[in-house]
Amino acid sequence: MSKTGIIPFGPQHPVLPEPIHLKLVVEDERVMEVYPAIGFVHRGLEMLAAKKDINQMIYVVERICGICSMMHGMTYCQALEELMGLDIPPRAKFLRVIWAELHRIHSHLLWLGLFADSFGFENLFMQSWKIRERIMDMLERTAGNRVIISVNIIGGVRRDMDDSTLRWILQEISGVEKDLSGLKDMVLNNYTVKKRTVGKGVLSKDEALRLGAVGPVARGSGIARDLRATGYAAYGELDFEPVVEKEGDCFSRSVVRIREIYQSIDLIRQAVSKMPSGEISVKVKGNPPVGEVISVVEQSRGEVFYYIKTSGTQYLERLRVRTPTFANIPALLKMLPGCELADVPVLILTIDPCISCTER
Amino acid sequence: MLGNIKSVLLNLAKKPVTRMYPDVKRNYFENTRGHLINDMEKCVLCGICQRVCPSNCIKVNRDEARWEYNPFECVLCGVCVERCVKKSLKLDSAYRQPASSKYRVELLMESREEGKAAGKVKSLA
Repeated sequence: MSKTGIIPFGPQHPVLPEPIHLKLVVEDERVMEVYPAIGFVHRGLEMLAAKKDINQMIYVVERICGICSMMHGMTYCQALEELMGLDIPPRAKFLRVIWAELHRIHSHLLWLGLFADSFGFENLFMQSWKIRERIMDMLERTAGNRVIISVNIIGGVRRDMDDSTLRWILQEISGVEKDLSGLKDMVLNNYTVKKRTVGKGVLSKDEALRLGAVGPVARGSGIARDLRATGYAAYGELDFEPVVEKEGDCFSRSVVRIREIYQSIDLIRQAVSKMPSGEISVKVKGNPPVGEVISVVEQSRGEVFYYIKTSGTQYLERLRVRTPTFANIPALLKMLPGCELADVPVLILTIDPCISCTER
Repeated sequence: MLGNIKSVLLNLAKKPVTRMYPDVKRNYFENTRGHLINDMEKCVLCGICQRVCPSNCIKVNRDEARWEYNPFECVLCGVCVERCVKKSLKLDSAYRQPASSKYRVELLMESREEGKAAGKVKSLA
């Protein structure tokens, strides 16, 4: 006879870097139902839009999420640039691409470490964070900070990279690629990793579409949706194809992220080789006109959505942010029922959850 | 599995990746936004830094000729440095040192007459 019970998972749990609470209804060792609860780190950042002016808000939205901070600032600035009809210089667009792709690499490497940690593979955790440190150095040298780099302003970027820095970036990125080639085999051709990930948490293509999954979760289920293909910033001038895997299990989502690191390395090389010269920002005069605007950007975790309503003053009337993790939680709730209790941490980490993003 | 063994053997032969801190310290990059300093000899207390600061950590008191700064609220974005008309604000590349209690930095302008800016540190408690 099987026993049923309810096990609370989180908000404090060794594998969770941030608080999310899941109530797991289990029958013996098998999860039958899941009820989520969020709201432990709500900071009310959207309301701050009424108190900080549009330029100060850039530094607030960057703090919605530490790991994809640069892309939050970029989405916000792109929205206001569209509303104010600003045409930003091409060099600023290419610089934004370089910083965004560096952020994607460091986010995916951070995820890989946490994911390895969730199934007890400490060595892989340390190896991937060792590689990530090189990316952090690149961010610090080019932008001045390790994580929240604050390079975006409305009308362009704040810092330029000279030729010697660009050459150094190419050199470092080759080193990262070399380091990564050893790590790749540890993930993709490893018996233990495959045992814990292949066939676990399968999300079919139809379900992923129906539940509105975004980013690597959707691409791991065979949906070729990558917002970079819409050509914002300088992505229209760069050559790339969305990374897609068909299986829809934990393993294919891991493969998508690892292949995306290589894709980002390639995009950085292309951006450096096509880097135009010229100004890095345009001067902005006056307040934005009355209106509303939507801006979307492909972050490392998926699609981020900004809705901005302006009132003609220096303050925004409404700022609404939908982050990728928020869109991926329904997909997670679909993956969990039917899995073993011991696989729950692995499945949660596989959507790359960012709870402070979700709650803002 | 063979890949793992190769990685283990290679790592055994390599030097540690970590530094023996605090004996061996990491060098700061030239552009690093470490901590904010104000040269009171150049400052004219115009108050632009206070207006543009996203975290409201700078207070300019013109009546008492005082420039106040809370280093624990500062997010080191560097906007004040970019907007400073007299270039008196500067970001130093060294990180702010840890402290056992919170304090405010208060710089007085009157010391200009003595030919040297004097920094006064007052406890918040």
